[in-house]
Amino acid sequence: MTGEFDRKVHDTLVDAKLQLAVYTATARLKEKRIETVSSEALPDYQELRTQANAIKKHAIDNLDHYLEEFERNVVARGGKVVYCKDGSEVSDFVLGLARERAAHLIVKSKSMTTEEVDLNERLEHHGLESVETDLGEYILQLAHERPYHIVAPALHMTRYQVADLFERCLDVPQETVIEKQTALARTVLRQKFLAADIGISGANFLVADSGAVVIIENEGNARLTTTAPKIHIAVAGIEKVIPRAQDLATFLKLLARSATGQLLSVYTSFLAGPRRAGEIDGPDEFYVVLLDNGRTRLLPDKAKRQSLYCIRCGACLNTCPVYRKIGGHSFPWVYSGPIGAILTPQFMGVQHSPALPFASSLCGACGEVCPVKIDIPKILLELRSEVKKAETREKQNRLERLGFQGFAWLMTHPRIFEMVGRIGRSIGWPKSRRGPLGAWLSERELPPLPARSFREMWRRR
Amino acid sequence: MTEVLEQLGYQVDFPENQTCCGQPAFNSGYRAEARTVARHFLKTFEKSECIVVPSGSCTGMITHHFAELFHKEPETLARVHSLEQRVWEFSTFLTQVAGVEDVGARLERVVTFHDGCHALRELGVKDAPRKLLARVRGLELREMTPAEECCGFGGTFAVKFSELSGAMARTKIEAIERTGAATVVSVDPSCLMQIQGALARAGSGVGTMHLAEVLASR
Amino acid sequence: MSRDHILHRVRTALGRNAGQGVADPPPARIRVPQVAMEARVASLIERVRALAGEALESADPRAFVANAIEGKTAVASNSAYLAERGISSLAGVRSGITDREELRAVCATADIGITSADYALADTGTLVMLSTPQEARMISLLPPAHIAIVPRERILTGLDELFSLIPNPANLSSSMVLITGPSRTADIEQILVRGVHGPGQITVVVA
Repeated sequence: MTGEFDRKVHDTLVDAKLQLAVYTATARLKEKRIETVSSEALPDYQELRTQANAIKKHAIDNLDHYLEEFERNVVARGGKVVYCKDGSEVSDFVLGLARERAAHLIVKSKSMTTEEVDLNERLEHHGLESVETDLGEYILQLAHERPYHIVAPALHMTRYQVADLFERCLDVPQETVIEKQTALARTVLRQKFLAADIGISGANFLVADSGAVVIIENEGNARLTTTAPKIHIAVAGIEKVIPRAQDLATFLKLLARSATGQLLSVYTSFLAGPRRAGEIDGPDEFYVVLLDNGRTRLLPDKAKRQSLYCIRCGACLNTCPVYRKIGGHSFPWVYSGPIGAILTPQFMGVQHSPALPFASSLCGACGEVCPVKIDIPKILLELRSEVKKAETREKQNRLERLGFQGFAWLMTHPRIFEMVGRIGRSIGWPKSRRGPLGAWLSERELPPLPARSFREMWRRR
Repeated sequence: MTEVLEQLGYQVDFPENQTCCGQPAFNSGYRAEARTVARHFLKTFEKSECIVVPSGSCTGMITHHFAELFHKEPETLARVHSLEQRVWEFSTFLTQVAGVEDVGARLERVVTFHDGCHALRELGVKDAPRKLLARVRGLELREMTPAEECCGFGGTFAVKFSELSGAMARTKIEAIERTGAATVVSVDPSCLMQIQGALARAGSGVGTMHLAEVLASR
Repeated sequence: MSRDHILHRVRTALGRNAGQGVADPPPARIRVPQVAMEARVASLIERVRALAGEALESADPRAFVANAIEGKTAVASNSAYLAERGISSLAGVRSGITDREELRAVCATADIGITSADYALADTGTLVMLSTPQEARMISLLPPAHIAIVPRERILTGLDELFSLIPNPANLSSSMVLITGPSRTADIEQILVRGVHGPGQITVVVA
């Protein structure tokens, strides 16, 4: 895995156009966030973060209780809750329902959780048409690519690539004007919305005291996905539960500002059950799929459990100097950026992506901007320790361990430490370009060695 | 740093047994090895009344991470907590403990200041160096934009992910060059090493100085 | 059964027993500021305009709407308020639809959807719309333009006041939507385009 990760990182670093696209797009989002959470714009910002963290902590520490409360309230409103261990259970459920209802066309709004389990692929394998309706996700679906960024999925694509894609997949003439490309997608997708049998959405929050799912978006595709078809299925990770609708007064103030620097996203939908007697439109059937897919494996670890507080705003991506250079496709799984770096090893096991926790300079900017105060740097350090423990067990990377044992020995023998320094200074930097020295020199010059050490100067006083 | 402190009337001691705070091992995931080095540090500085450190990242390691290393050893942990109270990053020491901003320095230079990430985010060091620089006679400070971005050193990150680290360094030196400053100042020697290395590779005439060097200039 | 399996795993991970109670959650943080009506109206209008929506006060919303729908097809909700103000009975406005399929067909071809709103939020320029027999969901969603006539008394200061008044929106409806500005995306090259799926034009008339 390390080899592949290194290769992808390298490929992105040498692609000047891509570098510019990722860097400038994230710069914009980063600046807008700063404007809207400044002490003038949002004086309560730090208090709200503290509150959001406390609510998430309480909800996750008592997750079973709130899942059951959520379920009771969904059922009370005429909906159904389906617990799924993994992706195949999700697709089994959807396929089963589709068969029962003779459904063929599904429209989907954005859901990272469904990306986790490759839901579209599974459904399409069984002959259903499942269409992504968020513009960026729709483009990616046509291109068979993964999202580049949690909030801006097609960050890496140009209008010319989109023009080629549409020409090829939609059999239309080349169109490079972005407004026209958008209008074309709107027309195509509108037909899908109005003809679809089932709408599958994600959920930003699951509200326990209401049995409601909260969906936040800017385009309107989630509203159409959850209003037009007769069946609505919301798919969400079990960690999305919050105790009360009133808690949204805290989370909604943080989410859009942290993500894109908007005060609120254009549409916030609060949906509780199928349409009721007297309501004119809305779905007849309402399902919430609660997905585990490894989340229960994270839960026991008290120190790292906070990784599940994430509300998927993307602020950590926009501020991370590493993500802003290597982009979303360097990451091995659906989650990228700092949150991806801590979730992937925890979901997949540290051996799946041993390099990932080390691909960080530990600058701490991510933890500083996280609206729910996940201490990402601390978790990265824990994961690094776990990787090394696993390597020790597997007898990998012995030379490195030996090196650090040597380091610890040297640092507890000051006289020898001093002597090594003196010898080093007199012979100068080795000419060899191998190992760490070579790596350093590939990018920058070595520091000049001082004539005398501080120790020597101190003694001469 | 010694010069500046002595100028202010402090008696400076240099315990010769000191070597390292153990951060390289800790950051690389080798906690047992880091513990060994940290224990040595604790012993070396046990009797020191006040420990001043010319490095944000080392200070952060001591004050924020030693406790993590010894959370299973209550007795050592108690010594760590006592140590935490006595350790100061250099610019913070000057402004908060010594209570000074003007140390009588003079340096005719246009400089820009690089906020090292550990100093900035772990220790909250932002204003202290700027207050001190503001009182250096003949000095002009220009802020870089974007500010507060990592130089890309990150310890072993610089060699494990050297191409990436280099790319981050180049972004930093572009920001530096835009200020037109002749010198980059920081409280972190490791950042300065990274930045100096990148500047030299780019053939830039911009130099680096530690804050202590600036403050010792007459 | 996956339900029991998953809940069991959760409990084991957290060290909790089935049926175990919970300590109280941190108190919900609801701070309702005191803001005079005039300031609320001004803020709402300013915020909607900042989002490239149209916003105005009008003593005669009927005249405004009559003008706006000139030469266009319009569908209005069954809001009693719109009926009172003579808006749903304007020539050129289809209203009174209660059948879901019929409503969808009309909305799919209408140029403008006209609604009232249950509330508006002054600090963010937001319309709050519950799905009710009076207000269907599609009217503010399918047509490319949306006009909302909001009686000033319904303008709240913000989210805190909303959740203070409606601590549990699920008690009132299966759907509550907060609408803040026109539909938008920046998915292609970060260039902003309005009216992707939802209405690209939004007009808030404070009456």
